[in-house]
Amino acid sequence: MIRKKKCIAMLLAGGQGSRLYSLTTNIAKPAVSFGGKYRIIDFPLSNCVNSGIDTVGVLTQYQPLILNTYIGNGQPWDLDREFGGVHTLPPYQGKNSSDWYKGTANAIYQNLRFIKQYDPDYVLILSGDHIYKMNYSRMLNYHILNKADCTIAAINVPIEEASRFGVLNTKEDGSIYEFEEKPKKPKSTLASMGIYIFSTKKLEKYLKEDSKNPKSSNDFGKDVLPKMLSCGEKMMAYVFDGYWKDVGTIESLYEANMDLLGDSPKFDVTDSAWKIQSRSPLAPPHYIGKVAKTFNSIIMSGCEIYGEVENSIISSNVIIKKGAVIKNSIIMGDVIINEDAVVDYSIIDECANIGKNVKIGENKESDKGITLIGRNLVIKDNCIIEGGKIVDKDMQGGTL
Amino acid sequence: MKAVGIIFSNIHDNNVPELARLRTLGSIPFGGRYRLIDFPLSNMVNSGIDTVGIITKSNYQSLMDHVGSGKDWDLARKDGGVIILPPYGNVESSNLYESRLEALKGVINFLFRADEEFVVMTDCDTVCRINFNEVIEHHIRNHADITLIYKRLNDNEYYNKNTTFLNIKNKRIIGVKYQNQEIGEKYQNVFTNMFVLKKSLLQNIVMDSISHNKRHFMSDIIASNLDSLKVIGYEHKGFFAGITSLKAYYDSNMKMLDTKNREEVFGDRSVFTKILDSAPTKYGSSAIVKNSMIADGCTIEGEVENSIIFRNVKVARGAKIKNSIIMQNTVLGENSTLNCIITDKNVVIKDRKILSGSKNHPFYISKGIMI
Repeated sequence: MIRKKKCIAMLLAGGQGSRLYSLTTNIAKPAVSFGGKYRIIDFPLSNCVNSGIDTVGVLTQYQPLILNTYIGNGQPWDLDREFGGVHTLPPYQGKNSSDWYKGTANAIYQNLRFIKQYDPDYVLILSGDHIYKMNYSRMLNYHILNKADCTIAAINVPIEEASRFGVLNTKEDGSIYEFEEKPKKPKSTLASMGIYIFSTKKLEKYLKEDSKNPKSSNDFGKDVLPKMLSCGEKMMAYVFDGYWKDVGTIESLYEANMDLLGDSPKFDVTDSAWKIQSRSPLAPPHYIGKVAKTFNSIIMSGCEIYGEVENSIISSNVIIKKGAVIKNSIIMGDVIINEDAVVDYSIIDECANIGKNVKIGENKESDKGITLIGRNLVIKDNCIIEGGKIVDKDMQGGTL
Repeated sequence: MKAVGIIFSNIHDNNVPELARLRTLGSIPFGGRYRLIDFPLSNMVNSGIDTVGIITKSNYQSLMDHVGSGKDWDLARKDGGVIILPPYGNVESSNLYESRLEALKGVINFLFRADEEFVVMTDCDTVCRINFNEVIEHHIRNHADITLIYKRLNDNEYYNKNTTFLNIKNKRIIGVKYQNQEIGEKYQNVFTNMFVLKKSLLQNIVMDSISHNKRHFMSDIIASNLDSLKVIGYEHKGFFAGITSLKAYYDSNMKMLDTKNREEVFGDRSVFTKILDSAPTKYGSSAIVKNSMIADGCTIEGEVENSIIFRNVKVARGAKIKNSIIMQNTVLGENSTLNCIITDKNVVIKDRKILSGSKNHPFYISKGIMI
């Protein structure tokens, strides 16, 4: 038997995610909770498995403890394999030099030996901060069919938003002739999704060259891809037309969660043909009490709901006591909301304890923004937290 | 004090023939996401028992599917772990075992191979949380030969013709009545079909019964040797539900709607079961839900009251479900009305159907039926 893989994936999961504020104080962005049951990394990992890619290197750097524990041996994604499977790849010490990952390209460069173990023909580069369902095998076929050296997944965005992205300018056959990073006047609406397929030999060549260039910031988007284009390599844009959301900010994370709600949601995770796998909590079914109300919401196992829940996402083992009202909010795992507390347009991170009669957030129309309560915090009875505030320490009383 | 576990998955199949027609008693669904075997299996794992033999007899495909390699109970081990013990037949006799003792004869090699000192044996007809370490300590402290775990009989208890009643004096069991005898006021303790003894003693009992053709553990071994063997009782005081009939099964499920019972059984979040990758449950804008337990993967758009809903159930708009147990993958059509119904897996109830049982006689709809 030839010990070889056709395509392996490298998942960039080391970013801090500073625009998620206190949500990423202690955990890496890919480990942030999503949709009641998932963590962001479940989406790229499940996409890999569903696309027939069974070897994934996860590059970790920032606060990896929870992410590492969550990935474990990869069994929830069926990625506990003898040859292949999921491997976390932290930066390491070498004989002559040891370095943190300096940029996305540098992180892959430092793990070229990991890639070579599997002798893959193609390498798929993924980010750990996107919510989407995508069949990478179709993108790979497109790459092979076009005999490309690099294929970049792209999505059409409204022209007024295109200036926030890296924009791909393409010819009629889909080949890329120009990159523009956050252009003021975009020529195209094709935004790069940060998903790349490289033919392995070209990837190795350009990463080695990039590592020798002291002026480079060692980033795929800024350095490696433009270099390849200028050297005349064949680069293709693969247009993806499904749901895709970069959840790098509080607002986009909130929106992506809310996109799961409604009778015909924008994003559907219940599709049994494309299952999103995750590590399941060990919890009994949830319980809805005698006077509770549940309206247009998602509720996970282990919850005990005695109050009202409306247009909200409730993760596992959350307790919402009598008289408490949760509206338009995301409540992450193991949170306790005590009697008569009112929460609106807010995100409450894992294990927080909200006291009786506390008021958190203001409705969306007030324009004050999303309120955020950090992990493990204790908010004592009768506190008032106004709209748009970010709370990162316990509150004994009063108004914030 | 290492112990090996033996679980009898088939022994009380006749308690609920409706539900056990296609499966073992151990694989009957319970409490929204569990199977009955999850309770004894989790009790063993949580008591540090990491070698468990599951004795099967017939219809055990669903049980094997559920238990798998045992990884969801952390029992997929190189040494020990969970071992399914199918019935053992040979050319001369292809008859399956008829009693607990005969079943043990068939797995005598499993006992010989184990190097643990004690054996914990349980059936799958009970829902409770129990720490077997405490039972073994009690067993050692009292220099017992065999310890039977029992529950005090009270008005809410269910029993049937197979229930064993014990007369206990100073912890020691001095009388056993089984099957349909008059029990009288001294026999106010119900045997839970869980017991502890030394592995060496069990081996001797089984070998001896092979040579003397003894058949029944309770009558031939325990009841007739109460003088020569020190048989003592260990009282289980917590939540206990005996699945002795369809009515008992229905009521025991409904007991999970009581916050105190739920806390006792699931409070420490350590009842293990097979993991399915269901999405979280979604409530639509027309959902009205009261006093119900609802598992993952459901879509609820109708009304649900006093009910247990298993995984991946769909309740369409206008449907009204009351006092019912709805198992996995059931689809309830628009404006259908169900009261005191137990639907088995994969049942489809069409739009506008009205079905009703009563709390004393819940109406059972078998697997895969479309109404």
